[in-house]
Amino acid sequence: MERKIPKELFGQAIIDSSKSEEINKPSLNFWQDAWLRVRKNKGAIVSLIIAALVIIMAFVGPVISGKEFDTQKVSHNNLPPRIQGLENISWLPFDGVKVNKAGKEFSPYEQRKVEEYYWFGTDALGRDIFTRVWKGTQISLLIALLAALIDMVIGVIYGAVSGYFGGRIDNIMQRITEILIGIPYLIVVILMILLLKPGIASIVIAMTITGWVGMSRVVRAQVLKLKEQEYVLASRTLGNSHLKIIGKHLLPNLAGVIIINTMFTIPSAIFNEAFLSFIGLGLQDPLASLGTLIDEGFKVLRLHPYQMIIPAIVISTIMITFNLLADGLRDALDPKMRD
Amino acid sequence: MGRYLVQRVFYMVITLFLITSLTFFLMKIIPGTPFASANKLSPAQMEIMKAKYGLDEPVPVQYAKYIGNVVTGDFGISFQFSNRPVSELIVKRMGPSAQLGFQAMFIGTIIGIFLGVIAALRQNTWVDYGATFLAVLGKAVPSFVFAGLLQYFVGVKLGLLPVLFWKGFEYTILPTIALAIFPIAITARFMRTEMIDVLSSDYITLAKAKGASYFEIAFKHALRNALIPVITVLGPLFVSLMTGSLVIEKIFAIPGIGEQFVTSITLNDYPVIMGTTILYAALFVVIILIVDILYGIIDPRIRVSGGKK
Repeated sequence: MERKIPKELFGQAIIDSSKSEEINKPSLNFWQDAWLRVRKNKGAIVSLIIAALVIIMAFVGPVISGKEFDTQKVSHNNLPPRIQGLENISWLPFDGVKVNKAGKEFSPYEQRKVEEYYWFGTDALGRDIFTRVWKGTQISLLIALLAALIDMVIGVIYGAVSGYFGGRIDNIMQRITEILIGIPYLIVVILMILLLKPGIASIVIAMTITGWVGMSRVVRAQVLKLKEQEYVLASRTLGNSHLKIIGKHLLPNLAGVIIINTMFTIPSAIFNEAFLSFIGLGLQDPLASLGTLIDEGFKVLRLHPYQMIIPAIVISTIMITFNLLADGLRDALDPKMRD
Repeated sequence: MGRYLVQRVFYMVITLFLITSLTFFLMKIIPGTPFASANKLSPAQMEIMKAKYGLDEPVPVQYAKYIGNVVTGDFGISFQFSNRPVSELIVKRMGPSAQLGFQAMFIGTIIGIFLGVIAALRQNTWVDYGATFLAVLGKAVPSFVFAGLLQYFVGVKLGLLPVLFWKGFEYTILPTIALAIFPIAITARFMRTEMIDVLSSDYITLAKAKGASYFEIAFKHALRNALIPVITVLGPLFVSLMTGSLVIEKIFAIPGIGEQFVTSITLNDYPVIMGTTILYAALFVVIILIVDILYGIIDPRIRVSGGKK
């Protein structure tokens, strides 16, 4: 049987031309859009939380431990980690118990009648490792951040000038970077530190002396593309200075690549600092960075493994989370990676 | 291609010249004398010694001589190892470094390619996630941390393998693994992306349509093309092996160039530091050049700039 559709269901559709162009989703700016994309990336979000926790601990840790990072107490040296409340849970390594060479467990805390709790234990000079690890994290992060910032400033200026003005200036500037990029990075860093003697400032200087080249190349490539756009032409026609065009029109459009690049610089700077410490060119005692702590811990790895394993876990956590975060940001900010 | 090559070699020479000059002037700035027992010598003896080594001449003359010597492979005399020439010290230590580097590169790229290919073939399964997790770990965890943990858990706790020195093949296993982690991670990540890219191309669809077997498609058709871009990561991998070998050789007490470099840094043995630096720089620029040329030759789709018909 034929099915009939009642007549009253039919009505006239009204096409309102003024409404067809209506925006029915909230408009998002660049950062809101990027945040939406980062949020979808579970690895990046977890990394962000863990990295934030580590950074907070780097500043809060040395305060809540109630100990100084450079106070030596030789009678309390090489104590294993012990934490209140966790010391009775035997499978956790925080029970203040050590294994001697014969394979027997003993508690140096009881033997030496130590009342205090050293959460991550103490080193060979009786300094509190908990305080030193977070103080070291602070210094490692400071060095990495400074190096990344200086790399960013020099690289952006160099790349923007080179790309924007083009011609002979670009030619000369690019020949210089081509030579600089041919020099192995760590070799330059090692030579500079031999000359300057280790310290926070000299490590930063050594790392930034050729470190900015990568950033300058990325920025130059982007500027070369952007400077042909109409809005740059319009701005120039209106009589704006070169400085204003670069600063106000080009830089905001470069923000994505600059952030991605800087985010990748931070973990590699942390790695380089640790690497320098490990080959004997790091900070001098009593100052500590994650690199020097791992180096010190490595020397007594067989007897007191916790002295290396704890800073090693912290540095690995920082490296992994920053790398994942940078990956996530790249996927979110890079227009070429858009799905 | 010819013009490009000439240009590249020209930059190479400038770079090496700059590094050599930099090392020479650093040697002049940094305090220290080439004579092991300098304070026992009388001023007259010092003069004779200086004249013998040409140190009494003006700096520009010394500079010209140094550059000339470096070109012929003479890096001066070590401060610490009883007046032995630096070049002799370096040559003696090349063997272990080369063996370690070669083993790590071989294992690293083979395992990396294997992991990357299975991750791509089993995309978005636990195999893929596992391989990606390994790659992230290998890229992020510093090699010296990894080496220390390997030494402690595999060497000391389990007692499976020797942890120090260089006396036979079993001594090379742990350092090779520690050094190969980074190449594995980088190659695996790169290989996965390339393989996924290639697998979605038209000629793979055609091969499938013609009824080629799964393995034939994966290994005969896809793998070959996916392998080409991997050559580009060989350059960065080589650099990572070079810097990695410094710490790995120190940790495992391997008598290689890296270990000697680190020792000479702690001993302020400047001629050795400078000689090794120049050697590293030369190796670096040559390898990068070879990789670039190789890439142009192997992949006909890519022509290095200046090579237009």
